[in-house]
Amino acid sequence: MKNHKTIVLSNQEISPGYFRMRILAPDYSRLAKPGQFVMFRVQRSLLPLLRRPFGIFRTGFMPADCDTMPPKEFIEIIYKVVGSGTEIMQGLHYGDPVELLGPLGSGFDLNLTSGDNILVGGGIGLVPLYMLAESIADPSRAEVLIGGRSRDDIITVTEFERLGVKTFVSTEDGSIGDAGLVTKVLEQRLEQKPKARVFACGPMPMIRAVEKICRSKGVALQVSLEELMACGVGACLGCVVKGEGHTTERPSYLCTCTVGPVFNASDLAWDNHDHASGAVSYGGCECGEKR
Amino acid sequence: MKRKEKVIKNVNMQVEIAGITLRNPIMPASGTFGYGEEYAPYLDLNSLGAIVTKGLSLNPKAGNNTPRVCETVGGMLNAIGLQNVGIEQFIYQKMPFLEQFDTPVIVNFFGNTQDEYGEVAARLDELPGVAGLEMNISCPNVKHGGIIFGTDPQAAFAAVASVRKRTSKPLIVKLTPNVTDIQVTARAAEEAGADAISLINTLTGMAVDVKTRRPRLANTIGGLSGPAIRPIAVRLVHQVVQAVKIPVIGIGGISRAMDALEFLIVGAKAVQVGTANFVDPNAMATIITELENFCLEEGIDDINDLIGTLEV
Repeated sequence: MKNHKTIVLSNQEISPGYFRMRILAPDYSRLAKPGQFVMFRVQRSLLPLLRRPFGIFRTGFMPADCDTMPPKEFIEIIYKVVGSGTEIMQGLHYGDPVELLGPLGSGFDLNLTSGDNILVGGGIGLVPLYMLAESIADPSRAEVLIGGRSRDDIITVTEFERLGVKTFVSTEDGSIGDAGLVTKVLEQRLEQKPKARVFACGPMPMIRAVEKICRSKGVALQVSLEELMACGVGACLGCVVKGEGHTTERPSYLCTCTVGPVFNASDLAWDNHDHASGAVSYGGCECGEKR
Repeated sequence: MKRKEKVIKNVNMQVEIAGITLRNPIMPASGTFGYGEEYAPYLDLNSLGAIVTKGLSLNPKAGNNTPRVCETVGGMLNAIGLQNVGIEQFIYQKMPFLEQFDTPVIVNFFGNTQDEYGEVAARLDELPGVAGLEMNISCPNVKHGGIIFGTDPQAAFAAVASVRKRTSKPLIVKLTPNVTDIQVTARAAEEAGADAISLINTLTGMAVDVKTRRPRLANTIGGLSGPAIRPIAVRLVHQVVQAVKIPVIGIGGISRAMDALEFLIVGAKAVQVGTANFVDPNAMATIITELENFCLEEGIDDINDLIGTLEV
């Protein structure tokens, strides 16, 4: 965990409104685990003041500018332009200075990836699932269910296919893949693979629906959550979610940044989760969006 | 050939507040630094003037619903609701970590009632590892977070006086800016036996999501912090310095040494850094270095020579 004052290596639009940014990030391929995130600072200014959390899409190396230099280590993040912070981000080019704090948070529990795995992602929620898919020992037994509102929101399909992971695409308006919600596809796939373990990341209504399905079928589920946060290191207590058994008398609040962002679904309180994770439906703050 | 020795002049950065010796005037503001351990990977806690903990109560406190934080122009709103582990867990789980460091630990605390304030203070008084207490009579985000004590000078006097009876440790009282005349509250705290005053806590504020037409915070109203509030904080510190004889600690929107200097010049003996810790976990270390460099450049040997030198 360190704050790197670093630079942007590349920044490309991969689908209307979605960008993939490559950032110079020493040590990340050794340190970063699937499901972890960075607190990203777009510029040293008052707007936006706070950093924003972004899930790590992947880490890697690229050739240096000249032969005598070691290869450059990078991370990639994917973001959707939704506010003033991400509007500044989309205008960044090679060499622009940015800051990365991380890698932060817990990752997915990779001990649970043997056997059949089903990855469920909605929109930008595919980001942490890619690094998870890269780490799965037997990709042929993994499948990823990619959901979105419309065809523009369907991202990273080719990347998953290259790993040898089977992909199932669905959109709410039917503009690409199956028409309907990604959770409908999940129900169908669980019929085929009733012993699969499920990993999910996406908007909170999707996460809740996935949890309901997995609970009714007795399937193990890990979820990656996104919450509004100020610090990313467990100090501000802004990003808490309610843990299993939470009551007003015996409160159990878990920091998304340090205990999460990946949780075992069984460790969270779901029935009364409306407020604890309601932040997602608010769509972030005026200055940018998360992940 | 004899090498010419480079002359490095040292600046005395040490200040004293209510009997606590600080190696420099920079410390975190309560609630922005957890219990210290959260920031230990990024910052040498031994470089700080003091460590100020998250506010503690007699029993663990759950805090408010989420969303609890939200960014606004040049600052942020928060309504955490004083979530904390409670005094007993603090003593057994957090205090041993803090005792490893050679930095004074100031414990921030609050109570629901006057008696509870006294009880927490008495418990903290027994701990040798605690250098001083910061009494929070100013949290805007909970009904009983002390704001009723902070906005009514008589209640403030009574609460501070009752805490004073229970502890012999240095007692700092943290004031709210959400009052008409801050000098009245400050004098009440001084007369009741406070050894120092810290200010400001957050200013109450509100933000609305125009699409959902809901407040951005679950608590509706929150506390505004960050660079946006600094001019207000400097003004209030200036006014309190005029009103009391005890030392004052300045808080509000400090993110650079230049910001800290404004508070020192108007008369604060030390400052607390809050929201800037969230923006840059290394912010306080940078401020300390910048502050030392400023003194070197300006030919100031002792930071105390700078305090309260405002020319009007």
